[in-house]
Amino acid sequence: MIAVVGWGAVVGGLQPLVAAIGSAGGVNVPLTFLIALVKGVLILFVLLTTAAYLVLAERKVSARIQLRLGPNRVGPAGLLQPAADAVKLIFKEASAPEGRDRFLFELAPALAAAMALFAFATIPINQTICIGGHGGAGPLSQTCPGGLALHWDLAHLNIGLLFILAITSVGVYSIFLGGWASNSKYALLGALRSSAQLISYEMAVSFAVIGPVLLAGSLDLEKVVHAQHSLWFVFLQPLAFLLYLTAGLAETNRLPFDLPEAEGELGAGYHTEMAGMRFGMYFVGEYINMVTVAAIATTLFLGGWMAPVFFLPNWLGPIWFFAKVGLLIFIMLWVRWTYPRLRYDRLMQLGWKVLLPLGLANIAVTAVFVALR
Amino acid sequence: MFRELIGGLRITMRNMLSKPVTIQYPEEQRPVPPRARGRHILHRYDNGLEKCIGCELCAGACPVGCIYVLAAANDPAHPVSPGERYAARYEINLVRCIYCGYCAEACPTEAITLGPRLDLADYKRERLVATKEDLLESWPGFRPTAAAPGRPDPAPRSELAAPSPTAPVARSATDTA
Repeated sequence: MIAVVGWGAVVGGLQPLVAAIGSAGGVNVPLTFLIALVKGVLILFVLLTTAAYLVLAERKVSARIQLRLGPNRVGPAGLLQPAADAVKLIFKEASAPEGRDRFLFELAPALAAAMALFAFATIPINQTICIGGHGGAGPLSQTCPGGLALHWDLAHLNIGLLFILAITSVGVYSIFLGGWASNSKYALLGALRSSAQLISYEMAVSFAVIGPVLLAGSLDLEKVVHAQHSLWFVFLQPLAFLLYLTAGLAETNRLPFDLPEAEGELGAGYHTEMAGMRFGMYFVGEYINMVTVAAIATTLFLGGWMAPVFFLPNWLGPIWFFAKVGLLIFIMLWVRWTYPRLRYDRLMQLGWKVLLPLGLANIAVTAVFVALR
Repeated sequence: MFRELIGGLRITMRNMLSKPVTIQYPEEQRPVPPRARGRHILHRYDNGLEKCIGCELCAGACPVGCIYVLAAANDPAHPVSPGERYAARYEINLVRCIYCGYCAEACPTEAITLGPRLDLADYKRERLVATKEDLLESWPGFRPTAAAPGRPDPAPRSELAAPSPTAPVARSATDTA
Protein backbone atom coordinates (compact mmCIF):
# COMPACT_ATOMS: atom_id res chain seq x y z
CA MET A 1 0.00 0.00 0.00
CA ILE A 2 2.67 2.45 1.11
CA ALA A 3 4.72 1.28 -1.82
CA VAL A 4 2.01 2.32 -4.23
CA VAL A 5 1.49 5.66 -2.52
CA GLY A 6 5.23 6.28 -2.50
CA TRP A 7 5.46 5.39 -6.15
CA GLY A 8 2.67 7.81 -6.84
CA ALA A 9 4.61 10.51 -5.00
CA VAL A 10 7.59 9.95 -7.26
CA VAL A 11 5.42 9.91 -10.33
CA GLY A 12 3.50 12.99 -9.30
CA GLY A 13 6.29 14.99 -7.69
CA LEU A 14 9.72 14.16 -8.95
CA GLN A 15 9.25 14.14 -12.67
CA PRO A 16 7.51 17.51 -13.21
CA LEU A 17 9.89 19.04 -10.69
CA VAL A 18 12.87 17.74 -12.57
CA ALA A 19 11.36 18.74 -15.84
CA ALA A 20 10.64 22.23 -14.55
CA ILE A 21 14.14 22.68 -13.15
CA GLY A 22 15.92 20.94 -16.00
CA SER A 23 14.51 22.82 -18.93
CA ALA A 24 13.10 26.13 -17.81
CA GLY A 25 10.36 27.41 -20.07
CA GLY A 26 8.60 25.72 -22.96
CA VAL A 27 7.64 22.67 -20.88
CA ASN A 28 4.10 21.49 -21.22
CA VAL A 29 3.54 20.61 -17.57
CA PRO A 30 0.21 18.71 -17.85
CA LEU A 31 1.50 16.66 -20.77
CA THR A 32 4.75 15.93 -18.97
CA PHE A 33 2.77 14.88 -15.96
CA LEU A 34 0.57 12.59 -18.04
CA ILE A 35 3.55 10.96 -19.73
CA ALA A 36 5.22 10.43 -16.36
CA LEU A 37 2.04 8.89 -15.01
CA VAL A 38 1.78 6.46 -17.91
CA LYS A 39 5.45 5.57 -17.61
CA GLY A 40 5.14 5.10 -13.86
CA VAL A 41 2.17 2.78 -14.17
CA LEU A 42 3.91 0.85 -16.94
CA ILE A 43 7.09 0.41 -14.95
CA LEU A 44 5.13 -0.58 -11.85
CA PHE A 45 3.18 -3.18 -13.80
CA VAL A 46 6.19 -4.54 -15.66
CA LEU A 47 8.38 -4.72 -12.57
CA LEU A 48 5.79 -6.44 -10.39
CA THR A 49 4.98 -8.96 -13.13
CA THR A 50 8.67 -9.54 -13.72
CA ALA A 51 9.24 -10.10 -10.02
CA ALA A 52 6.42 -12.63 -9.92
CA TYR A 53 7.76 -14.51 -12.93
CA LEU A 54 11.32 -14.32 -11.65
CA VAL A 55 10.18 -16.44 -8.73
CA LEU A 56 8.91 -19.00 -11.24
CA ALA A 57 12.13 -18.71 -13.26
CA GLU A 58 14.16 -19.22 -10.12
CA ARG A 59 12.20 -22.32 -9.19
CA LYS A 60 12.46 -23.69 -12.73
CA VAL A 61 16.21 -23.04 -13.00
CA SER A 62 16.88 -24.52 -9.58
CA ALA A 63 14.77 -27.53 -10.48
CA ARG A 64 16.62 -28.16 -13.72
CA ILE A 65 19.99 -27.76 -12.00
CA GLN A 66 18.89 -30.41 -9.52
CA LEU A 67 17.52 -32.65 -12.30
CA ARG A 68 13.93 -31.92 -11.27
CA LEU A 69 11.07 -30.49 -13.31
CA GLY A 70 9.95 -27.58 -11.17
CA PRO A 71 6.40 -26.27 -10.87
CA ASN A 72 4.38 -27.55 -13.82
CA ARG A 73 0.88 -28.06 -12.47
CA VAL A 74 -0.73 -24.61 -12.38
CA GLY A 75 -1.51 -23.61 -15.94
CA PRO A 76 0.46 -24.72 -19.01
CA ALA A 77 4.04 -25.58 -17.95
CA GLY A 78 3.34 -23.99 -14.57
CA LEU A 79 2.99 -20.51 -16.05
CA LEU A 80 0.15 -19.52 -13.70
CA GLN A 81 2.12 -20.50 -10.60
CA PRO A 82 2.97 -16.85 -9.75
CA ALA A 83 -0.75 -16.03 -9.68
CA ALA A 84 -1.40 -18.91 -7.33
CA ASP A 85 1.52 -17.82 -5.14
CA ALA A 86 0.25 -14.26 -5.02
CA VAL A 87 -3.26 -15.36 -4.03
CA LYS A 88 -1.79 -17.56 -1.34
CA LEU A 89 0.37 -14.76 0.05
CA ILE A 90 -2.48 -12.25 0.08
CA PHE A 91 -4.91 -14.52 1.88
CA LYS A 92 -2.42 -15.95 4.31
CA GLU A 93 -2.84 -14.99 7.95
CA ALA A 94 -0.37 -12.18 8.65
CA SER A 95 0.61 -13.19 12.16
CA ALA A 96 2.81 -10.76 14.05
CA PRO A 97 4.83 -10.96 17.27
CA GLU A 98 3.40 -9.44 20.43
CA GLY A 99 6.12 -6.94 21.41
CA ARG A 100 6.75 -5.52 17.96
CA ASP A 101 7.12 -1.88 17.07
CA ARG A 102 3.79 -1.49 15.36
CA PHE A 103 4.64 1.39 13.05
CA LEU A 104 8.04 0.19 11.90
CA PHE A 105 6.81 -3.37 11.56
CA GLU A 106 4.33 -2.20 8.95
CA LEU A 107 6.68 0.32 7.37
CA ALA A 108 9.71 -1.90 6.83
CA PRO A 109 8.26 -4.38 4.29
CA ALA A 110 6.59 -1.54 2.41
CA LEU A 111 9.92 0.27 2.34
CA ALA A 112 11.61 -2.81 0.89
CA ALA A 113 9.18 -3.00 -2.02
CA ALA A 114 8.99 0.77 -2.50
CA MET A 115 12.74 1.36 -2.58
CA ALA A 116 13.20 -1.50 -5.00
CA LEU A 117 10.64 0.14 -7.28
CA PHE A 118 12.15 3.63 -6.85
CA ALA A 119 15.59 2.53 -7.89
CA PHE A 120 14.38 1.66 -11.36
CA ALA A 121 13.16 5.20 -12.00
CA THR A 122 16.31 6.57 -13.62
CA ILE A 123 17.37 3.63 -15.74
CA PRO A 124 17.03 4.43 -19.45
CA ILE A 125 15.54 1.55 -21.39
CA ASN A 126 16.08 3.22 -24.76
CA GLN A 127 17.61 6.42 -26.09
CA THR A 128 15.59 9.62 -26.02
CA ILE A 129 13.19 9.78 -28.91
CA CYS A 130 12.08 13.05 -30.47
CA ILE A 131 8.43 13.42 -31.36
CA GLY A 132 7.77 16.37 -33.68
CA GLY A 133 10.08 19.37 -33.62
CA HIS A 134 12.82 20.06 -36.06
CA GLY A 135 16.17 18.41 -36.39
CA GLY A 136 15.32 15.73 -33.89
CA ALA A 137 17.32 14.64 -30.91
CA GLY A 138 20.83 13.83 -31.92
CA PRO A 139 22.43 10.74 -30.50
CA LEU A 140 23.92 12.76 -27.63
CA SER A 141 21.48 15.62 -27.18
CA GLN A 142 18.64 14.68 -24.91
CA THR A 143 16.61 17.76 -25.66
CA CYS A 144 14.28 18.23 -28.55
CA PRO A 145 13.82 21.85 -29.63
CA GLY A 146 10.24 22.52 -30.71
CA GLY A 147 9.13 18.93 -30.19
CA LEU A 148 8.56 16.50 -27.38
CA ALA A 149 11.54 14.58 -26.08
CA LEU A 150 10.38 11.17 -24.97
CA HIS A 151 12.78 9.82 -22.36
CA TRP A 152 12.70 6.08 -21.77
CA ASP A 153 13.20 6.41 -18.06
CA LEU A 154 10.76 7.66 -15.49
CA ALA A 155 12.77 10.46 -13.90
CA HIS A 156 15.33 11.82 -16.32
CA LEU A 157 18.05 12.89 -13.88
CA ASN A 158 21.53 13.97 -14.83
CA ILE A 159 22.74 12.31 -11.62
CA GLY A 160 20.78 9.12 -12.24
CA LEU A 161 23.45 6.81 -10.92
CA LEU A 162 23.81 8.75 -7.69
CA PHE A 163 20.05 8.60 -7.23
CA ILE A 164 20.10 4.81 -7.59
CA LEU A 165 22.93 4.42 -5.09
CA ALA A 166 21.09 6.64 -2.62
CA ILE A 167 17.83 4.73 -3.00
CA THR A 168 19.42 1.32 -2.62
CA SER A 169 21.03 2.61 0.58
CA VAL A 170 17.59 3.52 1.88
CA GLY A 171 16.58 -0.03 1.03
CA VAL A 172 19.00 -1.24 3.70
CA TYR A 173 16.77 0.46 6.26
CA SER A 174 13.87 -1.78 5.32
CA ILE A 175 15.90 -4.82 6.25
CA PHE A 176 17.33 -3.35 9.42
CA LEU A 177 14.07 -1.80 10.62
CA GLY A 178 12.18 -5.00 9.83
CA GLY A 179 14.59 -7.05 11.92
CA TRP A 180 14.60 -4.56 14.74
CA ALA A 181 10.85 -3.98 14.88
CA SER A 182 10.10 -7.71 15.02
CA ASN A 183 11.32 -8.01 18.63
CA SER A 184 12.78 -11.41 17.81
CA LYS A 185 16.34 -12.56 18.30
CA TYR A 186 16.64 -14.26 14.95
CA ALA A 187 15.26 -11.28 13.11
CA LEU A 188 17.57 -8.95 15.02
CA LEU A 189 20.63 -11.09 14.31
CA GLY A 190 19.69 -11.24 10.65
CA ALA A 191 19.24 -7.49 10.56
CA LEU A 192 22.61 -6.90 12.25
CA ARG A 193 24.37 -9.15 9.79
CA SER A 194 22.57 -7.57 6.93
CA SER A 195 23.41 -4.00 7.86
CA ALA A 196 27.08 -4.86 8.32
CA GLN A 197 27.13 -6.75 5.03
CA LEU A 198 25.20 -4.20 3.02
CA ILE A 199 27.28 -1.28 4.26
CA SER A 200 30.54 -3.00 3.36
CA TYR A 201 29.31 -4.15 -0.01
CA GLU A 202 27.77 -0.81 -0.84
CA MET A 203 31.33 0.55 -0.83
CA ALA A 204 32.37 -2.09 -3.32
CA VAL A 205 29.38 -1.30 -5.54
CA SER A 206 30.18 2.41 -5.46
CA PHE A 207 33.81 1.83 -6.34
CA ALA A 208 32.87 -0.55 -9.12
CA VAL A 209 30.49 1.89 -10.78
CA ILE A 210 32.96 4.76 -10.63
CA GLY A 211 35.04 3.12 -13.38
CA PRO A 212 32.43 3.46 -16.14
CA VAL A 213 31.42 6.87 -14.81
CA LEU A 214 35.03 8.08 -15.16
CA LEU A 215 35.21 6.76 -18.69
CA ALA A 216 31.90 8.32 -19.68
CA GLY A 217 32.51 11.52 -17.76
CA SER A 218 28.93 11.70 -16.54
CA LEU A 219 26.55 10.33 -13.93
CA ASP A 220 23.74 10.61 -16.49
CA LEU A 221 22.98 7.00 -17.34
CA GLU A 222 21.91 7.83 -20.86
CA LYS A 223 25.25 9.54 -21.53
CA VAL A 224 27.04 6.55 -20.03
CA VAL A 225 25.31 4.31 -22.55
CA HIS A 226 26.08 6.67 -25.43
CA ALA A 227 29.74 6.63 -24.42
CA GLN A 228 29.74 2.89 -25.14
CA HIS A 229 28.64 3.15 -28.76
CA SER A 230 32.00 1.95 -30.07
CA LEU A 231 33.05 -0.40 -27.29
CA TRP A 232 31.12 -1.64 -24.31
CA PHE A 233 32.65 -0.83 -20.96
CA VAL A 234 32.69 -4.49 -20.00
CA PHE A 235 35.73 -4.81 -22.27
CA LEU A 236 37.43 -1.74 -20.84
CA GLN A 237 36.42 -2.44 -17.25
CA PRO A 238 36.21 -6.22 -16.85
CA LEU A 239 37.40 -6.03 -13.26
CA ALA A 240 34.78 -3.44 -12.36
CA PHE A 241 32.13 -5.60 -14.03
CA LEU A 242 33.06 -8.65 -11.96
CA LEU A 243 33.27 -6.52 -8.82
CA TYR A 244 29.86 -5.07 -9.52
CA LEU A 245 28.25 -8.46 -10.12
CA THR A 246 29.77 -9.93 -6.96
CA ALA A 247 28.86 -6.97 -4.81
CA GLY A 248 25.47 -6.83 -6.49
CA LEU A 249 24.74 -10.38 -5.36
CA ALA A 250 25.64 -9.31 -1.84
CA GLU A 251 23.52 -6.18 -2.16
CA THR A 252 20.46 -8.20 -3.12
CA ASN A 253 21.08 -10.69 -0.28
CA ARG A 254 21.36 -13.57 -2.66
CA LEU A 255 23.42 -16.69 -2.36
CA PRO A 256 26.33 -17.10 -1.89
CA PHE A 257 25.93 -13.97 0.23
CA ASP A 258 22.50 -14.51 1.76
CA LEU A 259 23.72 -14.42 5.35
CA PRO A 260 20.98 -12.05 6.51
CA GLU A 261 18.51 -14.80 5.68
CA ALA A 262 20.67 -17.86 6.38
CA GLU A 263 17.79 -20.31 6.80
CA GLY A 264 19.98 -22.91 8.47
CA GLU A 265 21.11 -20.60 11.24
CA LEU A 266 18.62 -17.79 11.71
CA GLY A 267 15.21 -19.13 10.81
CA ALA A 268 14.67 -16.67 8.01
CA GLY A 269 16.81 -13.79 9.30
CA TYR A 270 15.27 -10.37 9.21
CA HIS A 271 11.89 -11.55 7.93
CA THR A 272 11.49 -14.45 10.34
CA GLU A 273 8.43 -12.80 11.88
CA MET A 274 6.97 -11.50 8.65
CA ALA A 275 4.04 -13.51 7.30
CA GLY A 276 1.61 -13.12 4.45
CA MET A 277 1.94 -10.02 2.38
CA ARG A 278 4.57 -8.49 4.70
CA PHE A 279 6.85 -11.31 3.66
CA GLY A 280 5.52 -10.94 0.15
CA MET A 281 6.74 -7.37 -0.07
CA TYR A 282 10.24 -8.34 1.05
CA PHE A 283 10.14 -11.08 -1.53
CA VAL A 284 8.98 -8.75 -4.29
CA GLY A 285 11.61 -6.23 -3.21
CA GLU A 286 14.38 -8.81 -3.43
CA TYR A 287 13.41 -9.88 -6.91
CA ILE A 288 12.94 -6.33 -8.18
CA ASN A 289 16.35 -5.52 -6.75
CA MET A 290 17.74 -8.34 -8.85
CA VAL A 291 16.20 -6.73 -11.91
CA THR A 292 17.61 -3.36 -10.89
CA VAL A 293 21.10 -4.68 -10.29
CA ALA A 294 21.02 -6.45 -13.66
CA ALA A 295 19.66 -3.32 -15.34
CA ILE A 296 22.38 -1.11 -13.85
CA ALA A 297 25.03 -3.60 -14.90
CA THR A 298 23.53 -3.62 -18.39
CA THR A 299 23.52 0.17 -18.54
CA LEU A 300 27.02 0.66 -17.19
CA PHE A 301 28.87 -2.26 -18.73
CA LEU A 302 26.87 -3.96 -21.46
CA GLY A 303 25.90 -0.98 -23.57
CA GLY A 304 22.31 -0.60 -22.39
CA TRP A 305 19.94 -0.61 -25.32
CA MET A 306 22.64 -0.96 -27.98
CA ALA A 307 22.48 -3.92 -30.32
CA PRO A 308 24.89 -6.69 -29.29
CA VAL A 309 26.28 -6.99 -32.84
CA PHE A 310 26.71 -3.88 -34.97
CA PHE A 311 24.65 -5.07 -37.95
CA LEU A 312 21.55 -5.70 -35.84
CA PRO A 313 19.10 -2.79 -35.76
CA ASN A 314 19.49 -0.37 -32.88
CA TRP A 315 15.85 0.65 -32.91
CA LEU A 316 15.01 -2.58 -31.12
CA GLY A 317 16.59 -0.89 -28.09
CA PRO A 318 14.26 -2.05 -25.32
CA ILE A 319 14.45 -5.64 -26.57
CA TRP A 320 18.25 -5.64 -26.49
CA PHE A 321 18.10 -4.03 -23.08
CA PHE A 322 15.78 -6.62 -21.59
CA ALA A 323 17.64 -9.47 -23.29
CA LYS A 324 20.84 -8.36 -21.58
CA VAL A 325 19.04 -7.93 -18.28
CA GLY A 326 17.59 -11.41 -18.65
CA LEU A 327 21.01 -12.87 -19.35
CA LEU A 328 22.48 -11.26 -16.24
CA ILE A 329 19.55 -12.42 -14.12
CA PHE A 330 20.04 -15.94 -15.41
CA ILE A 331 23.69 -15.74 -14.37
CA MET A 332 22.58 -14.64 -10.91
CA LEU A 333 20.22 -17.60 -10.64
CA TRP A 334 22.86 -19.95 -11.97
CA VAL A 335 25.39 -18.71 -9.42
CA ARG A 336 22.87 -19.01 -6.63
CA TRP A 337 22.16 -22.66 -7.26
CA THR A 338 25.84 -23.51 -7.71
CA TYR A 339 27.69 -22.10 -4.72
CA PRO A 340 27.17 -22.67 -1.00
CA ARG A 341 26.84 -19.81 1.46
CA LEU A 342 30.03 -18.12 2.61
CA ARG A 343 31.00 -18.13 6.24
CA TYR A 344 30.35 -14.73 7.78
CA ASP A 345 33.97 -13.73 8.49
CA ARG A 346 34.93 -14.82 4.98
CA LEU A 347 32.17 -12.64 3.62
CA MET A 348 33.50 -9.60 5.45
CA GLN A 349 37.06 -10.47 4.44
CA LEU A 350 36.05 -10.72 0.81
CA GLY A 351 34.32 -7.38 1.03
CA TRP A 352 36.97 -5.38 2.84
CA LYS A 353 40.19 -7.15 1.89
CA VAL A 354 39.51 -8.14 -1.70
CA LEU A 355 36.70 -6.24 -3.36
CA LEU A 356 37.45 -2.84 -1.82
CA PRO A 357 41.19 -2.74 -2.63
CA LEU A 358 40.50 -4.08 -6.11
CA GLY A 359 37.88 -1.40 -6.61
CA LEU A 360 40.27 1.32 -5.44
CA ALA A 361 43.02 0.04 -7.71
CA ASN A 362 40.59 -0.04 -10.60
CA ILE A 363 39.61 3.57 -9.95
CA ALA A 364 43.25 4.66 -9.79
CA VAL A 365 44.17 2.93 -13.04
CA THR A 366 41.07 4.22 -14.79
CA ALA A 367 41.70 7.75 -13.56
CA VAL A 368 45.25 7.69 -14.88
CA PHE A 369 44.00 6.31 -18.17
CA VAL A 370 41.33 9.02 -18.45
CA ALA A 371 43.80 11.78 -17.46
CA LEU A 372 46.33 10.71 -20.10
CA ARG A 373 43.72 10.31 -22.84
CA MET B 1 40.18 -20.27 -7.10
CA PHE B 2 38.62 -19.19 -10.36
CA ARG B 3 39.10 -22.63 -11.88
CA GLU B 4 37.11 -24.21 -9.09
CA LEU B 5 34.37 -21.60 -9.37
CA ILE B 6 34.08 -22.14 -13.11
CA GLY B 7 34.13 -25.90 -12.56
CA GLY B 8 31.13 -25.63 -10.25
CA LEU B 9 29.25 -23.56 -12.78
CA ARG B 10 30.03 -26.10 -15.49
CA ILE B 11 28.57 -28.93 -13.44
CA THR B 12 25.33 -27.10 -12.78
CA MET B 13 25.05 -26.06 -16.43
CA ARG B 14 25.55 -29.66 -17.50
CA ASN B 15 22.80 -30.72 -15.12
CA MET B 16 20.53 -28.04 -16.46
CA LEU B 17 20.95 -29.28 -20.03
CA SER B 18 20.36 -32.93 -19.15
CA LYS B 19 17.00 -34.59 -18.83
CA PRO B 20 15.23 -34.36 -15.47
CA VAL B 21 14.84 -37.62 -13.62
CA THR B 22 11.47 -36.76 -12.13
CA ILE B 23 8.68 -39.32 -12.43
CA GLN B 24 5.37 -37.45 -12.43
CA TYR B 25 3.75 -39.75 -9.95
CA PRO B 26 0.01 -39.98 -10.43
CA GLU B 27 0.35 -40.05 -14.23
CA GLU B 28 3.54 -42.08 -14.51
CA GLN B 29 4.29 -44.84 -12.07
CA ARG B 30 7.38 -46.86 -11.67
CA PRO B 31 6.87 -50.62 -11.98
CA VAL B 32 6.65 -52.25 -8.57
CA PRO B 33 9.15 -55.02 -7.78
CA PRO B 34 7.54 -58.44 -8.42
CA ARG B 35 7.43 -59.47 -4.78
CA ALA B 36 6.59 -56.10 -3.24
CA ARG B 37 4.23 -56.40 -0.30
CA GLY B 38 1.40 -53.98 -0.95
CA ARG B 39 -2.32 -54.28 -0.42
CA HIS B 40 -3.66 -57.80 0.02
CA ILE B 41 -5.42 -59.82 -2.67
CA LEU B 42 -7.91 -62.62 -2.01
CA HIS B 43 -7.51 -65.06 -4.86
CA ARG B 44 -9.89 -67.31 -6.78
CA TYR B 45 -9.42 -70.54 -8.61
CA ASP B 46 -9.69 -70.54 -12.39
CA ASN B 47 -13.28 -71.72 -12.15
CA GLY B 48 -14.18 -68.73 -10.00
CA LEU B 49 -14.36 -70.39 -6.60
CA GLU B 50 -12.69 -68.50 -3.79
CA LYS B 51 -9.52 -70.02 -2.44
CA CYS B 52 -10.27 -68.86 1.06
CA ILE B 53 -11.83 -71.55 3.23
CA GLY B 54 -12.39 -69.37 6.26
CA CYS B 55 -9.90 -71.21 8.50
CA GLU B 56 -8.74 -67.97 10.23
CA LEU B 57 -5.10 -69.08 10.24
CA CYS B 58 -4.18 -65.71 8.74
CA ALA B 59 -5.91 -63.90 11.59
CA GLY B 60 -4.03 -66.11 14.04
CA ALA B 61 -0.68 -65.50 12.36
CA CYS B 62 -1.17 -61.76 12.13
CA PRO B 63 1.18 -60.10 14.66
CA VAL B 64 -0.95 -56.97 14.93
CA GLY B 65 -4.38 -58.58 14.76
CA CYS B 66 -5.66 -56.58 11.84
CA ILE B 67 -7.51 -59.44 10.07
CA TYR B 68 -11.07 -60.35 10.90
CA VAL B 69 -12.61 -63.48 9.35
CA LEU B 70 -16.16 -64.66 9.86
CA ALA B 71 -16.57 -68.16 8.46
CA ALA B 72 -19.83 -69.71 7.27
CA ALA B 73 -20.80 -73.14 5.93
CA ASN B 74 -20.90 -73.60 2.15
CA ASP B 75 -24.21 -74.35 0.50
CA PRO B 76 -23.42 -77.64 -1.40
CA ALA B 77 -25.57 -76.55 -4.33
CA HIS B 78 -23.88 -73.17 -4.73
CA PRO B 79 -20.48 -73.33 -3.04
CA VAL B 80 -18.40 -70.19 -2.66
CA SER B 81 -15.20 -72.10 -1.98
CA PRO B 82 -14.13 -75.72 -2.56
CA GLY B 83 -14.11 -76.67 1.12
CA GLU B 84 -16.82 -77.00 3.73
CA ARG B 85 -16.62 -73.44 4.81
CA TYR B 86 -15.92 -70.06 3.29
CA ALA B 87 -15.27 -66.53 4.55
CA ALA B 88 -18.57 -64.72 4.85
CA ARG B 89 -16.74 -61.65 5.98
CA TYR B 90 -13.08 -60.92 5.47
CA GLU B 91 -11.78 -57.54 6.61
CA ILE B 92 -8.27 -56.14 6.94
CA ASN B 93 -7.50 -52.94 8.78
CA LEU B 94 -4.99 -51.47 6.34
CA VAL B 95 -3.90 -48.79 8.79
CA ARG B 96 -2.99 -51.29 11.45
CA CYS B 97 -1.43 -53.81 9.04
CA ILE B 98 2.37 -53.84 8.94
CA TYR B 99 2.55 -55.65 5.57
CA CYS B 100 4.75 -58.41 6.98
CA GLY B 101 3.18 -61.11 4.82
CA TYR B 102 2.71 -63.61 7.66
CA CYS B 103 -0.92 -64.07 6.62
CA ALA B 104 0.24 -65.25 3.20
CA GLU B 105 2.77 -67.60 4.86
CA ALA B 106 0.09 -69.05 7.11
CA CYS B 107 -2.57 -69.55 4.45
CA PRO B 108 -2.95 -73.26 3.59
CA THR B 109 -4.63 -72.59 0.22
CA GLU B 110 -2.61 -69.55 -0.92
CA ALA B 111 -5.83 -67.60 -0.84
CA ILE B 112 -4.26 -64.39 0.44
CA THR B 113 -1.12 -62.75 -0.89
CA LEU B 114 0.28 -59.26 -0.71
CA GLY B 115 -0.18 -57.53 -4.03
CA PRO B 116 1.64 -54.78 -5.91
CA ARG B 117 -0.68 -51.92 -4.95
CA LEU B 118 1.08 -49.37 -2.73
CA ASP B 119 -1.09 -46.22 -2.94
CA LEU B 120 -3.21 -46.79 0.11
CA ALA B 121 -3.93 -43.24 1.24
CA ASP B 122 -7.49 -42.10 1.73
CA TYR B 123 -9.34 -39.15 3.20
CA LYS B 124 -11.57 -41.24 5.49
CA ARG B 125 -10.12 -43.55 8.07
CA GLU B 126 -13.19 -45.77 7.82
CA ARG B 127 -12.43 -46.50 4.18
CA LEU B 128 -9.04 -47.86 5.14
CA VAL B 129 -10.70 -51.00 6.48
CA ALA B 130 -10.69 -53.17 3.38
CA THR B 131 -13.62 -55.55 3.05
CA LYS B 132 -13.89 -58.78 1.12
CA GLU B 133 -15.27 -56.96 -1.93
CA ASP B 134 -12.22 -54.68 -1.98
CA LEU B 135 -9.72 -57.50 -1.66
CA LEU B 136 -11.28 -60.21 -3.76
CA GLU B 137 -9.80 -60.86 -7.12
CA SER B 138 -12.11 -60.79 -10.09
CA TRP B 139 -11.03 -61.52 -13.61
CA PRO B 140 -12.84 -61.95 -16.94
CA GLY B 141 -13.39 -65.68 -16.43
CA PHE B 142 -14.99 -65.06 -13.07
CA ARG B 143 -18.15 -67.09 -12.39
CA PRO B 144 -19.88 -66.50 -9.11
CA THR B 145 -21.47 -69.94 -8.72
CA ALA B 146 -19.34 -72.70 -10.20
CA ALA B 147 -20.84 -76.17 -10.32
CA ALA B 148 -17.77 -78.24 -9.52
CA PRO B 149 -14.73 -77.51 -7.38
CA GLY B 150 -11.60 -77.12 -9.48
CA ARG B 151 -8.00 -78.02 -8.93
CA PRO B 152 -5.74 -75.77 -6.87
CA ASP B 153 -3.98 -73.12 -8.92
CA PRO B 154 -0.22 -73.79 -9.03
CA ALA B 155 0.64 -70.35 -10.43
CA PRO B 156 3.62 -68.70 -8.72
CA ARG B 157 3.06 -65.41 -6.96
CA SER B 158 4.66 -63.26 -9.62
CA GLU B 159 2.10 -64.38 -12.19
CA LEU B 160 -0.88 -63.48 -10.07
CA ALA B 161 -3.26 -61.01 -11.57
CA ALA B 162 -3.31 -57.38 -10.54
CA PRO B 163 -5.87 -56.36 -7.93
CA SER B 164 -9.23 -55.24 -9.10
CA PRO B 165 -9.80 -51.51 -9.40
CA THR B 166 -11.54 -50.36 -6.28
CA ALA B 167 -15.24 -50.23 -6.92
CA PRO B 168 -17.20 -47.65 -4.93
CA VAL B 169 -18.72 -50.28 -2.71
CA ALA B 170 -19.97 -49.44 0.73
CA ARG B 171 -17.40 -50.41 3.28
CA SER B 172 -18.14 -51.22 6.86
CA ALA B 173 -16.26 -49.65 9.71
CA THR B 174 -16.75 -52.49 12.04
CA ASP B 175 -14.89 -54.43 14.67
CA THR B 176 -11.91 -55.60 12.68
CA ALA B 177 -9.43 -54.70 15.35
